[in-house]
Amino acid sequence: MARYPKPAAGSWTEHYPELGTGPVSYEDSISPEWYELEKEAIFRRAWLQVGRVEEIPRTGRYFTKDISAVNTSIIVVRDGDDVRAFHNVCRHRGNKLVWQDFPKEDTSGMARQFTCKYHGWRYGLDGACVFAQQEGEFFNFDKADYGLKPVHCDVFAGFIFVNFSEQPTQSLREFLGPMLLGVEDYPFGQMTDRYGFRVECRSNWKVFSDAFMEFYHAPVVHVGQHPSQLRAAITQSGYEAPHYQVDGAHGLVTTAGSLHRVWDMPPENVKPADIATRSGLFGPWERSDLGELPPGINPGKIHPWGLSSFQFFPNFAILIWEAGWYNTHQFWPTSHNTLTFEGNVYSLPARSASERVGREMAAVSFKEYSLQDANTLEATQLGLESGVIDRFPLNDQEVLVRNFHKATADWVHDFQRESAEG
Amino acid sequence: MALLPSEFAELEPFAERWALATERERWAERTSSSIGDMQAFYDAIITEVGEAIAYCDKFPLDDMPEDATNLLRLVYSFVIVSFAVELWRQPYPPDTIGTEFQRTSEPLP
Repeated sequence: MARYPKPAAGSWTEHYPELGTGPVSYEDSISPEWYELEKEAIFRRAWLQVGRVEEIPRTGRYFTKDISAVNTSIIVVRDGDDVRAFHNVCRHRGNKLVWQDFPKEDTSGMARQFTCKYHGWRYGLDGACVFAQQEGEFFNFDKADYGLKPVHCDVFAGFIFVNFSEQPTQSLREFLGPMLLGVEDYPFGQMTDRYGFRVECRSNWKVFSDAFMEFYHAPVVHVGQHPSQLRAAITQSGYEAPHYQVDGAHGLVTTAGSLHRVWDMPPENVKPADIATRSGLFGPWERSDLGELPPGINPGKIHPWGLSSFQFFPNFAILIWEAGWYNTHQFWPTSHNTLTFEGNVYSLPARSASERVGREMAAVSFKEYSLQDANTLEATQLGLESGVIDRFPLNDQEVLVRNFHKATADWVHDFQRESAEG
Repeated sequence: MALLPSEFAELEPFAERWALATERERWAERTSSSIGDMQAFYDAIITEVGEAIAYCDKFPLDDMPEDATNLLRLVYSFVIVSFAVELWRQPYPPDTIGTEFQRTSEPLP
């Protein structure tokens, strides 16, 4: 009894016949050996989102980012109109170049040059070595040969991406493909009020990502976010999306807007705090006026539109909401069964206290439901690691989960084939 | 010395505990408070929230008097406490205790 029409093939999954419909293995989420392959095949070869240009608005502003999956830290720095990325390693004896108080932790700031804390070597914002302490003591030495090791870096819609391969086989735009390029003209750059979140979690990075690619779990895991008298009906009606799309390794799910029109509900069905703040789970009730939006944010032409969740392979997502705000998710593996989750909630700068309170309600809601996900996914990891089950059925609302695991396997298998061919 | 504008004197007994500048402090206070204490705060502020926000709206966000800033922080605490009181009936969402989910950045105030 589908609420929304499905593609002519009969289902979203069969619309992409290469996905198959059979049960899937989750060995890819419990195997340390497979994770080692993912690091080489995916995290050293795909374009990875690391931040937004607004974080480094002026020349010399920088941030560092530790990326465990490639065993390195990078410096991302603004130099005029350019955004550059370098490995955060001094060329003299390998000291981590930029850090503050705690060597392992990320930092950010403003610099004219980067100075090593160990022997005082200095590097310009272009990565060139501009000073080597007691240069005359070295042998056959030219400091021009000792610039910081660069990392490929490009910007899309204000999102900074890096690529750790020696020579990427695709440009960033080729890698993103037509579906994701469709969000380019959304006014991300104006939406500078940011609430950032971070949690370390004991689950595989894909197991965690899975829960942010389907809303099938939402009427169960998150039903408690609704007033108690509604919960049974919400769980019983379940979840269906009106539109899914797969573009290579990337995915999109769109939800319908009818669920989001909280203000049309009888007041007893709305949390008192939502009424008091005119905001809630789906954001502030007053829609931010962003002008005309690019058609690419709702390619399924769903009306009323609720949100579009764009999955950027391998580990990043942008969720664009009808109410005029967006949030991001990012899943950084730290081992085969641990990850760091980073979430951000962005909106136009609040012009008044009431707007700020509405955003606060949306940001608190984000934490409440993400917390529910985080612990559930640790439990999933434990169940998978018991190894007692080796095949799991995925339904049509989980088509992006199916595509995501297939895409990671495809990248690993391509890497293995290319390595074998030398 | 009152922390809040005089119009909100009835909320003054809650101000020292709940007018907290950052989400990290408000979360710590929520998760170490009893549901009874939070219910008392919630019951006192729920009927005042609309007026409190309207009061804060009289000032630009980047130039608020200290007492209005405290009032806004109290409204933020209402938001975070409302989840414990209205939904969970306990400080943490069910099955989430022990997870360190940190807010790492936020606009102020």
